[in-house]
Amino acid sequence: MAFGPFLLLALMEGLVTSAVLALAAAGLSLVFGVMRVVNVAHGAFFMLGAVLAWAVATFVPGPPAVAFIAALAIAPLAVAALAAAADGLILKRLDYDPEATIVATIGLLYMIEQAALSLYGPNANPVQAPFEWRIQLPWFGYSGYKLFVVLAAALVLLALWAFMTRTKAGLIMRATQVDRTTARAFGINVDRVYMGTFALGAGLAALAGVLIVPISQAHYLMGGDPLLLSFIVVIIGGLGSLRGTLIAALVIGLSDGVISMFFTPTLAKILATLLVAMVLVFRPQGLFGAKA
Amino acid sequence: MALEVQGITAGYGPVTVLNGVNFRAEPGRITCLMGRNGVGKSTFLKCLMGLLPATEGTIHLNGLALEGLPAHEVPKRGLAYVPQGRRLFGPLTVAENLAVGGLVQGNDENTLHRVLTLFPRLRERLTQTAQTLSGGEQQMLAIARALCLNPKVLLLDEPTEGLQPSMITLIQEAVMSLKGQGVAVVLVEQRVDAVLRLADRVSFMLAGRVEETRDVKGLDASDPVFRTYVGV
Repeated sequence: MAFGPFLLLALMEGLVTSAVLALAAAGLSLVFGVMRVVNVAHGAFFMLGAVLAWAVATFVPGPPAVAFIAALAIAPLAVAALAAAADGLILKRLDYDPEATIVATIGLLYMIEQAALSLYGPNANPVQAPFEWRIQLPWFGYSGYKLFVVLAAALVLLALWAFMTRTKAGLIMRATQVDRTTARAFGINVDRVYMGTFALGAGLAALAGVLIVPISQAHYLMGGDPLLLSFIVVIIGGLGSLRGTLIAALVIGLSDGVISMFFTPTLAKILATLLVAMVLVFRPQGLFGAKA
Repeated sequence: MALEVQGITAGYGPVTVLNGVNFRAEPGRITCLMGRNGVGKSTFLKCLMGLLPATEGTIHLNGLALEGLPAHEVPKRGLAYVPQGRRLFGPLTVAENLAVGGLVQGNDENTLHRVLTLFPRLRERLTQTAQTLSGGEQQMLAIARALCLNPKVLLLDEPTEGLQPSMITLIQEAVMSLKGQGVAVVLVEQRVDAVLRLADRVSFMLAGRVEETRDVKGLDASDPVFRTYVGV
């Protein structure tokens, strides 16, 4: 294949990575931005989304599209409910102390992974894509489902942006993000906002997991890479900045696609890590984050 | 809608800051709190808002108990707070700050109109972020945001601190207007001339309690009570 089509293929693969990464990282960024909680269990929520998608696809009868739509509806809601419970039972009791919640979410990560290992098993299982349509370009064919993932992620992120900037709930979350004490003085139930934010962040991670599982496979340890990449994206974009998260996800995803295709995936990870190191040295608050 | 406080005690960890405060504020009257730095004036306002839990004592608004309520329930009972240093939601626009203020009473259009009539300058700045306003405009917004609650009692913590004279006049006129509307105003203020101009009563705090309460009528700047409690 000539260089041009090869580059196009690499960019398309990178775009799929960016889309999934943007969804997962947006959840992580939201949780940190509003709650100041560094959620180490975020990758486990991603994995749970994928595993639940497999479970729904296995047990819901009918064509793959029906099972997939059911998974899209059920898995993020179930994971969000689990996250809300974890917030009430663990994080709230720690009064959202930044250091204590890091340790607590590490514990949560191990609990979720071990539960998945016990109930789901150690094997990686595929989930059938909802449709098998392929787009035929002059140089190569490309999965229509992967393009659907990009479109779906873009629509969800657009909806998230509209939710945050155009709704009363979004206004309450942004006010709480700026100053939770003053928010309380204006009648905002901060505990409820935190619970909703943690659930929303986990739901976004789970949704990313559902979308990716027909491309990769569901496995109980699959949350590690998305967690690492989400942290890279959020650090580069600026903790708590949704705009920065999206731009950083595009940069990391596209560069990952291109470098992996032309060189090796390891080199892509090395360069991403170098980029994080440079951001931390020269602009610790991230490209779009506010100074502490 | 009188605010009645009896024997409030509160503090930070092992440090007791308020040590049995008794206080009263009445509708349509401005009650000032004066005292040296660190006597507990700001802490007292935080305690009234539920932002700092009282360990002892009672707070009643028109007979209804407020002590022990979660902080987010207190504004629903009719108390609004303008904190020291304004504490605006800086990255949010003026309109969004006012919308947060109006959450409790459902962002009623009439209230917003009334508030913007009181502070017409804010009407021109609705789409501007709060952090880009001048100091005086930020203070107007802090008061306007609290007024969007339609409060029965307004707590103001040094609202004119660090402002230029023209802005101080504007803020003081607004406070007098609120008094005229029947709001009970509790004002923490350090400047004697402002207290004499605005207040109906003044409570002097010392070491975490209200030591003395006087009607402003009959007081002047040379009264020894100011030297005793404020040091001026």
